[in-house]
Amino acid sequence: MFTCIYVPNFSIAAALRAEPELQTHALAVFEGKPPLEQIVAVNEKSRELGICPGMTKSQAELCPGIALRPRSQLQETSAHSALLDCAQSFSPVVEDTARDTVLLDLAGMESLFGSLTKISYEIFDRATALGLNANVVTASNPNAALVAARGLSVTPATGRLSRGHPSTSLRTGPAPAPNSAQGLWVIVILPGKEAGKLAPLPVDVLFDENLEDDQKEEAARLLETLDRWGIRNLRALAALPEVSLSERLGQQGLHLQKLARGAASRTLAQVEAPLVFEEAMELEHPIVLLEPLAFLLNRLLEQLCARLASRALATQELRLTLELSNLTGVDDEFENVGIPSESDESREDLRGRQSAQCKAEEDRRLFPSVILSGAGSTRSAIPAESKDPYSQQSSLRWNRAPQHNSRQTRFIRKLSLPLPMLDAKIFLKLLQLDLNAHPPGAPIIKIYLSAEPARPRSAQGGLFLPPSPEPEKLELTLARIAGIVGEQRVGAVELLDTHHPEGFRMRRFVAEVARKVPQRKSPDAAEAEAAVTALRRFRPPLHANVTLENSQPIRLMCPRKKEVQGEILWKAGPWRFSGDWWEREAWSRNEWDLALRNDDTVAFYRLVHDLLAGEWFVEGTYD
Amino acid sequence: MGRPFLFDDEPEPEVFCHPERRGECAKRIPHGVEVSLPYFEAFHDPRLASITPASHLEFRSAPEMASSGIPALDALTGGLPRGCLTEICGSASSGRTSVMLAALATATRRGEYCALIDASDALNPHALAAADVDLDRLLWVRCDENSPQRHKDTEKNLFQKRIPSRGANQSEHRLEQVLRATDLLLESGGFGLIILDLADVPYQAARRIPLTTWFRFRRAVEHKPTILLAIEQHPIAGSCSSLLLQLGSQSGSMAPIISPSHTQLLTELQINVELARSRLDRKPARSAAFETKTAWAG
Repeated sequence: MFTCIYVPNFSIAAALRAEPELQTHALAVFEGKPPLEQIVAVNEKSRELGICPGMTKSQAELCPGIALRPRSQLQETSAHSALLDCAQSFSPVVEDTARDTVLLDLAGMESLFGSLTKISYEIFDRATALGLNANVVTASNPNAALVAARGLSVTPATGRLSRGHPSTSLRTGPAPAPNSAQGLWVIVILPGKEAGKLAPLPVDVLFDENLEDDQKEEAARLLETLDRWGIRNLRALAALPEVSLSERLGQQGLHLQKLARGAASRTLAQVEAPLVFEEAMELEHPIVLLEPLAFLLNRLLEQLCARLASRALATQELRLTLELSNLTGVDDEFENVGIPSESDESREDLRGRQSAQCKAEEDRRLFPSVILSGAGSTRSAIPAESKDPYSQQSSLRWNRAPQHNSRQTRFIRKLSLPLPMLDAKIFLKLLQLDLNAHPPGAPIIKIYLSAEPARPRSAQGGLFLPPSPEPEKLELTLARIAGIVGEQRVGAVELLDTHHPEGFRMRRFVAEVARKVPQRKSPDAAEAEAAVTALRRFRPPLHANVTLENSQPIRLMCPRKKEVQGEILWKAGPWRFSGDWWEREAWSRNEWDLALRNDDTVAFYRLVHDLLAGEWFVEGTYD
Repeated sequence: MGRPFLFDDEPEPEVFCHPERRGECAKRIPHGVEVSLPYFEAFHDPRLASITPASHLEFRSAPEMASSGIPALDALTGGLPRGCLTEICGSASSGRTSVMLAALATATRRGEYCALIDASDALNPHALAAADVDLDRLLWVRCDENSPQRHKDTEKNLFQKRIPSRGANQSEHRLEQVLRATDLLLESGGFGLIILDLADVPYQAARRIPLTTWFRFRRAVEHKPTILLAIEQHPIAGSCSSLLLQLGSQSGSMAPIISPSHTQLLTELQINVELARSRLDRKPARSAAFETKTAWAG
């Protein structure tokens, strides 16, 4: 058995998927360059208001209460990817028939998902969860499912082909209540019943909507011929004598008749849908505030998470790309920011190499953080024409920035997660915190959001394991703390293989539930050991004025810390340390451990003589 | 229904139990007022059935104690209480950091995750390794006066650049970071030990932390398996802390230098610990002593 998932009125469906709040509004999609924009798709409410495809945008604007949206290839591509994800979540054998149509083979799937009717309803529900209102038809051959799914659309897509209302006798089960008003169908056609079920459909459903120009003419000629014969529906076409039909229309006529009878079978052209999860949104008006941006990001993240969930995947890396518009007053700031493209190079050549270097240096001085790389994120503002971050791996056909606007820049943030996660709210908060710390600096006109798929983590906590922080909550907490103390100042410590006194670095703190408890020493033996006398460091070290006698310190004074001064009561040293002499950051020092009187007690400090700089420092206190 | 007022010259009314409900303490009736007030009937009111007199509330269960990693300290206090705030006070070189590292090492050895909120960025990572702390299980929050300022997310303009704070009171800025980070970590949960290292924060600044903040911390950590430890110079949490330990060094009397300095070595510190206050057991103040050894002492 084969199932066809068909999204009627695809342009409208893609627009509604991006803006679900327009479901109850009259909506029309226009296309073209101003002032020649034309309406290309309308929903049922717009049709009731008298709006139809082919009208100009100016005419449609006269109608009060109508929402007009430009046709967006980005939204349609995202919707098509979601459609493929929906199909792939039920069967590995999927045919990408058209941008609004997907066929899938359900052979052997009944044992996994239940009866065909149940599978059909689950497909319908999954498509609805992904923001797509679709017809779902299951039949014994793919062509019959395809013809039935397209013919059942009660809302003509573009108006090019007028399709009649389906007969209620076709319906084998009620569609879910919220969508039944939208004319959506979930049908299972039993084997042998194809001809009867397809009979009431109009003839034009046999022709694809997205034909080339020459094919359109051929289709129109055939339709005209059939119309002259009085053939209006598939029942009449199926009843024609084969020999006579072949004599008049040739093999094409016979193929059409087979389609009308539901007997034309074929093999699916299986596609391997790439595991690329990307959502995009093109904005009519630039965004300058974080709150409306967060609102849009939330919508994109929910769609992305729904797609990932449909494929039983999670993500470990989110990549946000914001296309920024040129802004009065900051054009010059972003003109040469980032990696220069070839066009930038040629322009710089015209100005002269020297002036370009001066400009670049000035830019670096003004924007030292334009290109950053850190443990958790990277940012780069790149001229739109110079670098397309998705050119290698993206399945989306990105709208390139207009040629005449060469000052558009792309702002990229990468959110790396320690563990695979799938929570849109957590992602949104993390992105908000990240953008809070790294604002783009210019109005946003396009938003691209992609997720790197990863297998969901499978870890089971034990009853007798000590509690550990919940990874999602911990990641959010760490991001919030990083916003308070700074990005590089929170995390776990990693010691470096060096003798340098500050030989460590910060790395990401990860709390894994499945991490085993270290068993390096038995608890009793470890506790029997004496506690360690630790050095508390002064960061930065305290500059000290030291009085020497026989090259040994006898008196100490720290201007910055009043309590660290006085006669040295006891001292041990010097201990000489040096290292990295082959590097520019070589270090060589003498260390002293000494005791000073601190009120009525004695405190121990580490005094350091930097041999290279010739200065004395108090590095810390023993505590 | 309230308890009747008593005057100084009046004898305190005797309390007896209803003969049919003898033994049920919730039905105790003061003698002499059962006629004048519908006391007995009030207890039979089904709306008051769930009310338990304060005198018969269940005793708060004693908190679970966890080892601090120093046997002498454990013998003195029984360990560090979970779900409570513990203060460890002392001056420089009094062994506060040694106690902190020992607690961290013991907690990570138990498999718990720990967090250290370092107000002065004073932690020496090599000391962590010397104390055998599992570095993968320790979250280190390094407060800094040059960290970004706070701002409201919702009113954030995308043009706004981050401006580090300059000129503000450094201690107050660090303290604000400490308190906000502590709030977030306590809310996050899952940590076995959270340490607030305020040892280098001047007492004048540390005591400005309002008591309500400590009370909030105490409430946040209550009924959780988390040890909240504050390292400071002087006690600042007041009655919010369940355990207060005062540390001091015994090496106050130093012998005059008679041998060359390069023949001497700082190998150990003698630490004296005094149990200044404990809400867990009402015993008189006691003290104990232990020693800490430097990493090179072997």
